[in-house]
Amino acid sequence: MLSRAAENLFWLGRYMERAESTARIISMGQRMAMLPGTPGRSEWTSVMQTTGAEMPEDEMASELDVVKRLILDPEGPSSIQACLLRARDSGRAVRTGLTQEMWESLNEDWRYLESLDELTARSQLSKVLEWVRKKSAYFRGAVDTAMLRNEGYYFLRLGSSIERADMTLRLLNVKYFLLLPETEVVGGGRDHHQWMSVLHAVSGLRSYHYHYGSDYAPWNIADFLLLNKIFPRSLAFCYSQIDLCLSHMETDHGGSHKCQKTARQELERLNRIDISGIFNDGLHEFINEEIARTSRISQEVSDAYHF
Amino acid sequence: MLSVPFDEMESKDGIRPPYRNISQWIEETGTELLLRRREEAEAIFRKIGITFAVYGEGGDPERLIPFDLVPRAFSANEWKILDTGIRQRARALNAFLYDIYHRGEIIKAGVIPAELVYENKAFLPEMIGFEPPGRVYSHIVGIDIVRTGPDKFQVLEDNCRTPSGVSYMLENREIMGRMFPQIFSGGPVRPVDHYPNELLRTLKEVAPAANSGDPTVVLLTPGSLNSAYYEHSFLADLMGIELVEPQDLFVDEAKVWMRTISGPQQVDVIYRRIDDSYLDPLTFRPDSVLGVPGVFDAYRAGNVTICSAPGAGVADDKAIYVYVPDMIRFYLDQEPVLENIPTWQCGKPDECKYVLENIQDLVVKEVHGSGGYGMLIGPKSSKEEIAAYGERIKANPSEFIAQPTLDLSTAPTLVETGYEGRHVDFRPFCLVGRTIRLVPGGLTRVALKKGSLVVNSSQGGGVKDTWVLQE
Repeated sequence: MLSRAAENLFWLGRYMERAESTARIISMGQRMAMLPGTPGRSEWTSVMQTTGAEMPEDEMASELDVVKRLILDPEGPSSIQACLLRARDSGRAVRTGLTQEMWESLNEDWRYLESLDELTARSQLSKVLEWVRKKSAYFRGAVDTAMLRNEGYYFLRLGSSIERADMTLRLLNVKYFLLLPETEVVGGGRDHHQWMSVLHAVSGLRSYHYHYGSDYAPWNIADFLLLNKIFPRSLAFCYSQIDLCLSHMETDHGGSHKCQKTARQELERLNRIDISGIFNDGLHEFINEEIARTSRISQEVSDAYHF
Repeated sequence: MLSVPFDEMESKDGIRPPYRNISQWIEETGTELLLRRREEAEAIFRKIGITFAVYGEGGDPERLIPFDLVPRAFSANEWKILDTGIRQRARALNAFLYDIYHRGEIIKAGVIPAELVYENKAFLPEMIGFEPPGRVYSHIVGIDIVRTGPDKFQVLEDNCRTPSGVSYMLENREIMGRMFPQIFSGGPVRPVDHYPNELLRTLKEVAPAANSGDPTVVLLTPGSLNSAYYEHSFLADLMGIELVEPQDLFVDEAKVWMRTISGPQQVDVIYRRIDDSYLDPLTFRPDSVLGVPGVFDAYRAGNVTICSAPGAGVADDKAIYVYVPDMIRFYLDQEPVLENIPTWQCGKPDECKYVLENIQDLVVKEVHGSGGYGMLIGPKSSKEEIAAYGERIKANPSEFIAQPTLDLSTAPTLVETGYEGRHVDFRPFCLVGRTIRLVPGGLTRVALKKGSLVVNSSQGGGVKDTWVLQE
């Protein structure tokens, strides 16, 4: 496989995942902004922080800022339109590496967001976000049902797993203070709803209850998002996928690379530690460390496969 | 002064036999439904992404070529003539290329003037004396053919470099089969979908002699911004070969390698869809950053085959076109099956005089032009346009040729009120390896504007599915 093709598939996976992540984070902001007692624009501000988007000058973001910068901006790093355009460009550059359905899922309605103006997008925000989620589900379905399980597939999965791990970490990075024990004292209705919104953003509400019962406890939520082995958006699960993809690459193409070693060590570590240890050492520090490690793996992958 | 053109479906004796099924199908389906299905077809094309780029016009960067639902049909007998004529021409063109890069017999015999060959911009002195595998230069020959009467097929021009459009031949059939499966039931139409297999077979046949085992074939594209990128990826996909861009290839020790995730892999055959001038900056264009430096040396060393061969463009020049019937006689000792269109070469003083005197009835083209740009259609031009064009001819006569305005045949085409005849042409794709292969079909282009003779997609032309019927 051409290195350029591997690179494009890797980024195709990342951009599609990122478009969906941004949509999920905006949905979360929408829910939080509906809670009574939400001070001004703070929730939209934290949405912008989570995605790493450029902030307005007064450091406070409105719903309209979010629509402008995270949905309709053709260039921002996390903007949905930009991600979908880049995903399509990456896909177009490796047309031969995609199945027909994958390409159709990328190409269909590809100018839809371009056709929306800010006010329309804002007034139809839920519909627009739903469109993004459907589009990414269509893409994922097309990958799942028809793509050969060869190196192309593993590069794509690798990209999406790395992006997904990153998104879960960023979400926690912005909302980690909600999970710190001292907030439990303050606690009450608002926190409860905020946690629900976080779980909602990762589609984990029902899974959480299934696994941990009905109570929201900060350490359970942190455990769910970081260490749970069967929840597909947890950090540990994402790393099991990263490790799986890299192991396949190792088997098929030989050569043990640094990225493989890093991923395996990280997976073993996540399987070993428990959540109380993380809280003892500091949740925030742990998250920052993981964000750095995830971005390092991405770099090590491109070094190993010459892109 | 156009007479009534030949209509391929309706003659004075009623519906012509090859169109009986089509006529019946139009009747049964009804205009309203056909118009609705046309929209569906367009949505499918858009979704699949079969688009082409039009440079410098703004608007939609990825435009669709309009697809006309009504197929164009050839009977088995008509195809027999075309098939023989196309293969004959493809053989002669390759024989000519071999000759001019070797002994130049045809020039010595006085059949073709030396300066038309050796002073031609597409002639590459670097190719002199080189022996390409199978002696093939043009592996895919696209021959543009028009029909001017029931038994009259004429060649408009030859394309020996990188003719495009074959993806439309395949996709048009695919869409028709998807939308109207019933009209294909019973197998009245010969299939074309084996074209990619035939193409790959052809490309593998011309792998360097040094290669033993299964040759590695790649398709070299300028990249995703190229107007024919869709076709490049489509063909690479169906052949199961890598679609590479120049930066994916490099040359080491006169061998060509592609950069893969497990290191360099040697390449044996390059089906290139980029021009000679962008192939190798070391040989052809020192100012260019595009291309694969050193690839021409690897080719000359016999370590890789480039398809089509550099320098193959001499054969499809409009000035050389005039001599193709002579080539057929000279190399094959046969009479041409397909006629040329009578052509006046403005480079010859008496012919130039005739052209200037009769310009209002003629079509004048630039010798090196393509895509329907830069030509003058006398009967459809204003006095001012004609006068201005005449000045251009006088300034540089050898750059122009002229042909009579042809009564191109018309084929039924869907319009808002039903169907009407529109002018069509035809481009088959002949494959030349150790043997010659021709898939029964090709690309039919149609001038959608009433009365228009310009079928080029860049100028409002559309495409049709082309049927070659079983005996």
